[in-house]
Amino acid sequence: MIREADDTLTIFERSKAGRRAFVAPELDVPERPLDELLPPDHRREEPPRLPEVAEPEIVRHYNRLSKRNFDLDTGFYPLGSCTMKHNPKLHERVAGLPGHARLHPLQDPRYAQGALELMWRLQDALGEIAGLPHVSLQPSAGSQGELAGVLLTRALHEDRGEHRTKVLTPDTAHGTNPATVTMGGYEVVKVVSDSSGNVDLDDLRAKADEDVACLMLTNPSTLGLFETGIEEIERIVHGVGATLYYDGANLNAIMGICRPGDMGFDIVHFNLHKSFTQPHGGGGPGAGPVAVSERIEPYLPRPQVVRRETTTNGSNAFYDLDYDRPKSIGRLRGFQGNYGVFVRSYAYIRSLGAPGLREASETAVLNANYLLALLRRQGVAEYLPAAYDRLCMHEFVLSGGPMRHELHIKTLDLAKRLLDHGVHPPTVYFPLIVDEALMVEPTETETKETLDRFAEIVAGILKEAAEDPEIARAAPYTTPVRRLDEAGAARRLVVRQAMPV
Amino acid sequence: MADPSYPDDLKYHPEHDWARIDGDSATFGITWYAQDALGEVVFYDAPKLGAEVTKDQPYTEVESVKAVSDVFAPLSGEITAVNEALADKPETINDDPYGEGWLVKVKLSDPGEADSLMSSSDYQASLD
Amino acid sequence: MTRYTSVTDADLGEMLGTIGVDSIDELFADIPAGLRLDRPLALADGLSEQEVYEELRALAAKSTSAEDEVSFLGAGMYDHYVPALIDSIILRSEFLTPYTPYQPEISQGGLQAMFEYQTAISELTGMPISNASVYEGPSAVAAAGYVAKATNGRSRFVISRGVHPHSRECVRTLAHAWEMEVVEAPLQNGGTALADLGDDVSAVIVQQPNFLGAVEDLTGLAQAARTAGALTICACDPLPLALLKTPAQCGVDIAVGEGQTLGNRLDFGGPSFGFFAATEALTRRMPGRIAGETKDVDGKRGFVLTLQTREQHIRREKATSNICTAQALNALAGVIYLSWLGRHGIVELVELMLRRTAYAREQLKAVDGVTELHDRPVVREFAVELDAPVERVIARCREQGINPGYPLTRDYPEHENGLLVAITERRTRADIDRLVEAIGAAVAAERQAVGAKA
Repeated sequence: MIREADDTLTIFERSKAGRRAFVAPELDVPERPLDELLPPDHRREEPPRLPEVAEPEIVRHYNRLSKRNFDLDTGFYPLGSCTMKHNPKLHERVAGLPGHARLHPLQDPRYAQGALELMWRLQDALGEIAGLPHVSLQPSAGSQGELAGVLLTRALHEDRGEHRTKVLTPDTAHGTNPATVTMGGYEVVKVVSDSSGNVDLDDLRAKADEDVACLMLTNPSTLGLFETGIEEIERIVHGVGATLYYDGANLNAIMGICRPGDMGFDIVHFNLHKSFTQPHGGGGPGAGPVAVSERIEPYLPRPQVVRRETTTNGSNAFYDLDYDRPKSIGRLRGFQGNYGVFVRSYAYIRSLGAPGLREASETAVLNANYLLALLRRQGVAEYLPAAYDRLCMHEFVLSGGPMRHELHIKTLDLAKRLLDHGVHPPTVYFPLIVDEALMVEPTETETKETLDRFAEIVAGILKEAAEDPEIARAAPYTTPVRRLDEAGAARRLVVRQAMPV
Repeated sequence: MADPSYPDDLKYHPEHDWARIDGDSATFGITWYAQDALGEVVFYDAPKLGAEVTKDQPYTEVESVKAVSDVFAPLSGEITAVNEALADKPETINDDPYGEGWLVKVKLSDPGEADSLMSSSDYQASLD
Repeated sequence: MTRYTSVTDADLGEMLGTIGVDSIDELFADIPAGLRLDRPLALADGLSEQEVYEELRALAAKSTSAEDEVSFLGAGMYDHYVPALIDSIILRSEFLTPYTPYQPEISQGGLQAMFEYQTAISELTGMPISNASVYEGPSAVAAAGYVAKATNGRSRFVISRGVHPHSRECVRTLAHAWEMEVVEAPLQNGGTALADLGDDVSAVIVQQPNFLGAVEDLTGLAQAARTAGALTICACDPLPLALLKTPAQCGVDIAVGEGQTLGNRLDFGGPSFGFFAATEALTRRMPGRIAGETKDVDGKRGFVLTLQTREQHIRREKATSNICTAQALNALAGVIYLSWLGRHGIVELVELMLRRTAYAREQLKAVDGVTELHDRPVVREFAVELDAPVERVIARCREQGINPGYPLTRDYPEHENGLLVAITERRTRADIDRLVEAIGAAVAAERQAVGAKA
């Protein structure tokens, strides 16, 4: 029996034979022998070794576990590219209404009008935000939205009798982009960035040919910089008959200010768990709807939520699931998508409206530039210079290269020391093209005071490192556990509780 | 291995691999620079005995916590031995990249290829 | 300012001054003028919290949920009782609002919960390795197909017609991109009939129990696959695994499935989670997050995301999948639910469902104009064939406040008037008796209508 500090006992280790939380309802039908209903050779001999615990123990166990987590409701979480903005508390209340929460996905559409109307209205709103009229809410997450984009591109070219084998992604791309390209059956070709942090147009011109199916772009890029050459990029890509795909991870910078559809993108995916406040849940759920142009519409996944007018004056609209889509790429997942996420995102869009969405993006960009300006002051900028000498959008990237050289601590050490100050570190070591990268995205829901404090904390850690680098190198000290042996975890894999306990 | 080390008796390949040549046989491994960039090695996907390796082509992978790296053959030939001990202790590649951390032994198909490899000093110069 | 932002006029002045610009507009200078939106978005103005609540409530009232009718709808998602302790735990800020645990030192709660979840799935399926969850059931089946393709490089999938129609369609959608062929194995009397498999089959994909509720001969199917050198992928309904022989015991290579029944709501189809478990040999090909146990520098037990080099953020184009995240919150609900059921509770629950399902099946079989679609053993769902138009029967049952089940017409045209009936622990004997009576009356009325016309 493992004797550990009580807090790291697993629920299985708290188990004691005979305890239980669940009591089955009375058997109110004939108690037919199991053998009759399910012959023994279909049955397992031993039941699964699930824990035996009563309700108080379960509640206490998970409550205590929760206190070993840092979270957004508790503190600043400037993870670049993740858009950790406040999750409005109204959303859990509306998502929990039984008319939404206890609705079966295969309920006859005539009896699911509330849900289908909500989905249709959300599609309409997302289409307006993107500047592309046709939206599918089906993809389960951003990466599944990307997969939809690649498959939609494939369908378009096949329909034209073309066979293309490559997809271009910038070297700053999020890892899901090339992974998606491979999963979509294409070869990845990298396009380099120029010294301003934008896509190198010469390199793009050289690599864009008629074997290229698509260019996947994030705008602003993962460096937090707007692609100033976007109009030329559009000309180049469409010039060779390829599609232009927008990774919506950084949409928080531009809502109501400019639209990917207007920039010429054919396909856009949204991360509802980023700009549209779906709580991250410790790593899911999310949703990754796509918006597409007219020419891509026929290939959208099946089914599509549509609105049918049942009277000529349009007063009786009927919302339906349209399966009759002969050119559709098919399905990426079961049922209609993560409806619970749609409820929350729709509530957010209705709460903010057009002015509020624009204000969110403006404030996100304001906050990021303000924090960047604070960190470009003396005491910080020499060690953590901005990767590019430009105004940023909603996020920015610093390089810890000089810090490593002068103060002998790495970006990783800075991140670990931040944990002792009760803030979540920014994203580290991404994008790959910046040495010792630190990507900071404050979002619009933080106060000026929080940003001021964060800048002070960073300055303090650097000052501390100048005196004694060892402190950051061995940080954190005040967290539930300290640095963990990740190599050991990979070498000697333990991914489940051993039994018996 | 804490400090950079590039033994003089070895030949080096620009993709950060070394070869210890002994007549028409050679032993291959990855350099100090490579294991340092990778970080702590957690897994070595050993190739099969008898497999052919081709100069400048990847023949296997080394995996650390934060990266997976192709390993390139400095010379061409047939694999005659594989370091089985790395299955249990892949971190040996970090601790002793030129000794106990060897990856494969190869019977060379074209010993003349060795002329195109770099000396220790040339390789170190190429790192700057 | 909205209710979620805090920049006062005073703040704005200071911030612009620090940045060195005169207006927010200047911050967007990089955007070409021609691309700037010159009008507001064509969306309504924002609403107060109260108004948003009213609108969402009004929309909810326009749908008929399991709260409003006695429902026997199943076909992949089921109306189980979700205990109150789940919400009280998963709505805690510390579980609801953090991101993926990239900084493990401050994410031990979430990482340990993943480890416990992986253990529970491993126990249910018998498979040694489970990941921390994937999106949901049907895409998990396709993801398993991707693993098979990467493992043996063969060109074809054989998928049973008993696999959920949505899963079959997902596999076809992805297989097209991989230039792989998908061949369907037919059902005979409700069970999969595998023809001779060639040596180009990458994986045989089946479901247990299958879509028509039937318990398959999983061991036999896996054996046939193995003989042909193919992997066996089995999509499993998790609760019946409390009684059924595990996929591991049957020789399955990858066990996946829809996790909604484990402590998650219906939510009109999502979010839920998919589970993904495999043999040890396939460990390094697994998609998705995996939590592993380790120690910290002080020797304390801790948990980390492990084998991350399989994943997109490191491996990029060579990743085992493009999946970036898990369904952590839904998987947490799952492991809490399984702990709540417990070792004996889960067996009692499934035995109850088994007996009630048998009762419902017996009673319905006895109704004039209703026949069993197959006679294989079932656990919690079964299919019948009606001697009347199924849509008309459903409409009549609705008038009695009963939703009798899922019509098979669209997905199984060969069972034009087929009906799939699901029983959960929420459907009592009294509910079942009402169902039987309603269907009986509906079928009789429809037959009479036809008779009258003739």
